Amino acid sequence: MPLAKLQFDTTKCAACEAVSCLVGCQYMDFRDTDEAKKEWQKVIDNQDSTVLRSCTTCYACEEYCPFGNHPFYLIVERQEEKGILPAPRPIITMWINQCQPVGKFIVGKVEERALSYCFLPHLYALVKGKLFDGIAWSGIFGQEFFCNAVYLHYARASIIKDRLPMVVENIKNQGIKELVCLHDECYGTFTSLASAYGIDVPFRPVHYYEYLCDRLRELKDVIKPLNIRAAYQRNCSARLCPQTDHYVDDIFGLLGVERIKRRYDQENALCCAEVFRMAKGPAFADDVQRRNLEDMVEYGAEYCVFNCPACWDALADKASDRGIEPIHMIDLCKLAIGEEQGLRLSESGAEV
Amino acid sequence: MQDYASQIHRCFRCGYCKFPSDYSSFNCPSYRRFRFDSYSTGGRLWLVHAWLRGEIEWSEHLAEILYTCTTCKNCVEQCPMKFAPDIVEWIVGARSDMVEKGRIPQRVARFFEAVHGYGNPLKRLRSQRAAWADGAREYAPGDEYLLYIGCLGSYDENGQKMAGALVDVLNASGVSFGILAEEEECCGNEIYMLGEMGLFQSLVEQNVGRFRDLGVRQVITLCPHGYNTMKNHYPASGGDFQVYHYTQVLDDLIKKTGVKLSSAAARVTYHDPCFLGRYNNIYEQPRRILQGVPGIELVEMERNRKDAFCCGGGSGNFITDLLAGGEDSPARTRVREAHETGADILAVACPGCLTMLTDAVKAENLDDKLVVKDMSQILSAALPAR
Amino acid sequence: MATTGTVYDALVAIVGKDFVSDRKEERYFYARDGGLMPPHEPDFVVLPRTREHVQEIVKLANREKVPVVPQGAGLALTGLVIPQRGGIVLDMKRMDSILEVNEKARYVIVEAGVTHGALKNHLQKHHPQLRHSIPDSPPTATIAANAVIHGQGRLSQQHGFNSDMVSGLEVVLPTGELCRIGSCSVSPYWFSKGPPLPDLSGLFLGWFGTTGIITRLGLKLYPCKKMRDVMLALTDRAELVPEIMLRLSHTELVEDVVAAAQPLPLRFRDTFWIMAYITGDTQEELEFKRKAVWDALWDLFESRDVGFLSLPPAMKGPLLSMPSKDTTRFADVSKGGGFQYAGPIAPIEKFPLFVSKLEEVATRHKLFYSSTSRLIGAGHCMMFSFSFSFNRANPDEMARAKTALDECSKFALEEGGVLWKADIDEQKLLMDKMDPNTLALMKKIRKLLDPNGIMNPGNWEIG
Ligand SMILES: Cc1cc2nc3c(=O)[nH]c(=O)nc-3n(C[C@H](O)[C@H](O)[C@H](O)COP(=O)(O)OP(=O)(O)OC[C@H]3O[C@@H](n4cnc5c(N)ncnc54)[C@H](O)[C@@H]3O)c2cc1C
Ligand code: SF4
Ligand code: SF4
Ligand code: SF4
Ligand code: SF4
Repeated sequence: MPLAKLQFDTTKCAACEAVSCLVGCQYMDFRDTDEAKKEWQKVIDNQDSTVLRSCTTCYACEEYCPFGNHPFYLIVERQEEKGILPAPRPIITMWINQCQPVGKFIVGKVEERALSYCFLPHLYALVKGKLFDGIAWSGIFGQEFFCNAVYLHYARASIIKDRLPMVVENIKNQGIKELVCLHDECYGTFTSLASAYGIDVPFRPVHYYEYLCDRLRELKDVIKPLNIRAAYQRNCSARLCPQTDHYVDDIFGLLGVERIKRRYDQENALCCAEVFRMAKGPAFADDVQRRNLEDMVEYGAEYCVFNCPACWDALADKASDRGIEPIHMIDLCKLAIGEEQGLRLSESGAEV
Repeated sequence: MQDYASQIHRCFRCGYCKFPSDYSSFNCPSYRRFRFDSYSTGGRLWLVHAWLRGEIEWSEHLAEILYTCTTCKNCVEQCPMKFAPDIVEWIVGARSDMVEKGRIPQRVARFFEAVHGYGNPLKRLRSQRAAWADGAREYAPGDEYLLYIGCLGSYDENGQKMAGALVDVLNASGVSFGILAEEEECCGNEIYMLGEMGLFQSLVEQNVGRFRDLGVRQVITLCPHGYNTMKNHYPASGGDFQVYHYTQVLDDLIKKTGVKLSSAAARVTYHDPCFLGRYNNIYEQPRRILQGVPGIELVEMERNRKDAFCCGGGSGNFITDLLAGGEDSPARTRVREAHETGADILAVACPGCLTMLTDAVKAENLDDKLVVKDMSQILSAALPAR
Repeated sequence: MATTGTVYDALVAIVGKDFVSDRKEERYFYARDGGLMPPHEPDFVVLPRTREHVQEIVKLANREKVPVVPQGAGLALTGLVIPQRGGIVLDMKRMDSILEVNEKARYVIVEAGVTHGALKNHLQKHHPQLRHSIPDSPPTATIAANAVIHGQGRLSQQHGFNSDMVSGLEVVLPTGELCRIGSCSVSPYWFSKGPPLPDLSGLFLGWFGTTGIITRLGLKLYPCKKMRDVMLALTDRAELVPEIMLRLSHTELVEDVVAAAQPLPLRFRDTFWIMAYITGDTQEELEFKRKAVWDALWDLFESRDVGFLSLPPAMKGPLLSMPSKDTTRFADVSKGGGFQYAGPIAPIEKFPLFVSKLEEVATRHKLFYSSTSRLIGAGHCMMFSFSFSFNRANPDEMARAKTALDECSKFALEEGGVLWKADIDEQKLLMDKMDPNTLALMKKIRKLLDPNGIMNPGNWEIG
């Protein structure tokens, strides 16, 4: 099978005046549109561009482009073609090996409607109780079902192109018609990345936020409003599916949670920065994390609500140190229906 | 049951299983008692493997090594290997092989004979099974709970006191319940752990049949051993009822009814029975109950909850007592540990622990410093005067 | 066998009936360890409780010319506790008292059977500002035996071999006399195993119990900071590993440095994982050290040859635990209860060579391998492990593992490494290569100390 090819429409860029992709970038300073346009043209023309080296792989420009073009995927393609390493080689190698399919299909009692546990063991701790009645067991996990979007951080579009079609096939072969993605990296992959590469997705991906909303409406009677103010930690892969952001407000509304207005939410969200640490070193990552957390404090967050378990690993302790209670979105829902939190801070760090 | 023979060689004899989680002291009761590595988990597993491969012959000593394991599950908790959850099942598997070949220690053989002939390991009369009971009715269809007493509660002097106290407490809380009296059969937990699978199966069937005939939906057990087997083994043989250990029920009742307990000024330490704790994860209910009694100060022993040190009574050892003798017997070691907390009451929730530790207090000459009491006894004393 | 009866009775008279066994089951178990050396049964297994017991037993053994083999937990894996000529195995683990902690002079005096696990617990509970150098062997490993085999632990990068941290010994000589070694031979304080006196500890450390039985041991303790953390550097270039180790050591801020190489789980494949442990009393101190570690490798990071992996708590916990259970878990990767390693002590520059040898040997013998190497001293050497797991139910695989180990040992020796806790075959290799005058000196010492040749015979046996 020939490798899938990125469908990038250069004519859109030719007609684009705002160059929102680069101008919006929080990590490169392109206030000048002409400059941005010039630089972006270099990327399109496969010339060397500072963009390719400075990009932090935050995914955000995917959201910034108002024309549904795929600026970030193009950057990844170009980085790979030019052999530019956004992260150290051994880290990339580690990722490539770790998620390599090995023919180990970890499945529960899969039905037509199933959960994707991605490759994140955290999710087992989270998926419990009434919210997942009747579906918790219908799940898939592991390399064979791993969405592979992570390679966007590592200039390895080729791996995505190579593995994603197999993953889609594996899911289809489980007889799954509707896949509730517990991690929006998966959802973003099946709704954005796959189509950008012309890969057909023969099942309906459902974002777990949508699922939670539906369940919460069914459980309306048992919800006790939480009456709290929460900062939302928007993660990198949310940029692949910005159309799902309203669910955050919907869920918060159902639970009686106020999404605090703050500097670094929505389009301006700062990602957890742990990828930055591995790619660009601690000073940069620490700065991003500090700004993000201080912003939460400044705007009076009592809770920090996480979407992504990796963000949790990166920021939960640090938020807690600043007096903000970290909680995963699923746990937030559980809290409101009187169930126990599944993902907690590791007690006293490690056993010593 | 596990196919232990194809797996048992996986033990690395690393000895993690000898310890509690903080490595403070040895926590495998039979290793702690005998101190030859042959009596540690690894020792047992390697020796069984050697026996299976014909490298050593069966001997009374080999059987004793196998049967001094109290199936306390400390090793299951501590072994770092993937197979850890199966270790006790391997030991039980090896025992069942020995039973089949008729090669077991005399004391264990006597245990089986007694249960076989009398329905209890103490060789006491069936007709006397409810001799302890005044104030307890026989179970009648429609009662909310069947209170299952078990052999120690029915016949052992300490167990009977405990049973009486529990009946008082349940009566006072207005629960509708009854006992089986002479109709009660040994629960079979120890028979299982000792590897007599035929006898175990017939006990289960008798009990399950009787429960079914009487329409029993919910069972409360006095003894964690009975609780364990009814919860974890009976369902596979058609057991279709809810089972609770009495500490679970009382914890609930106290929460719901808000019974006012009278004050009982005492420093109490709680000993987790293996079949409640490590086997069934019931650690907090008993502690909550104790803390609910005004005046009780709960202090913990160094080894508690999943690290609790077994009293040495499991796997029928409350009768066979293969770990007895000398100050290193598990019960005496445990009693010293309890004493070190400065407690005046050592609380238990199991008739086996009650009897083992009561004897050990005497042997340690601590009679006037430490009393062993079952939770039910503590509660019944704290009930509002009737 | 009349003599056996007599020896048995004599042993019972010394330690009591409960603590002597001549039964098949104990003899079977104490005939072997978890490694690959062929078993040999003792005639008796004895559990002494006091140094007087040990003295009496050794005197008896001298009279009767019966071999005596002291054993801790038998975890050295190279058969050092297998009684090659039968006789008495002394399981020392009943001598388990922690006798004294001197907080101001930072040492502890323990009986020979005290385990690393027990000491760790004792210090954490009663002297939280002090710690000792914990090896990654299972926690039953005894402190004395670990020193006897020149073990290494979590503080070895800073303070050398665990045996360098010994601060005094009490030994029962092969002829039964009780003898103190170090400052404790003239002073009530156990702060030094030798200096300023002639350092006689060398007569016992490294000798595998062939020159006497340690009954008490003083061990240096070190400051225990309130917090610990681990940083994980990855590289895919083996030739950079020595450089990375040296640079980490150069910071003088790193507690322990360990490099791992293994093909599975997949995330380990093709990369080398170098763990740098840091400690601090405050977050600031930790942060300072973290930065120092980054800075030490910054150019290699920029050249993209070295990366740091951010560790989620679920991965950090096991890496920080002491001892590391994961090390032990390696024994079950072939679902067979066994692994053994050849662990030469070698210059760190040999890392790339050894790793490629390990891969080559493992592939040829179809074995599963792993390697963890610990930096010793400020880069003075490393313990490089050639580890192979095997299935105890598969004799063929066990034979292949043994061959593979032998090959690796020979190779390491040729390359200038010195074999650690050498089994009896490896001891021969070492002695063949040794300066003949050194060998003659060793022989004289043995003859002098142990005229009847009763101490762990078969080991360090000079023809
Ligand atoms: C999974 C695993 C990980 C390991 N990791 C490490 C590690 O990180 N660092 C390390 O150093 N080692 C390690 N080891 C090796 C070994 O387990 C340890 O060195 C351990 O401390 C040995 O102690 P032991 O009590 O088991 O010794 P044993 O094997 O019982 O004895 C070793 C030698 O000492 C002699 N001996 C025992 N007691 C005395 C005494 N009182 N007087 C004189 N001689 C005596 C014995 O005769 C024998 O020759 C590891 C082993 C395993 C299985
Ligand atoms: S990618 Fe989108 S935002 Fe960027 S230049 Fe092209 S059309 Fe404009
Ligand atoms: S991915 Fe992020 S850092 Fe890279 S160009 Fe897009 S917005 Fe900028
Ligand atoms: S049972 Fe587990 S912990 Fe115990 S010796 Fe065997 S492998 Fe080690
Ligand atoms: S179950 Fe208890 S007694 Fe039996 S081997 Fe395990 S730790 Fe020892």
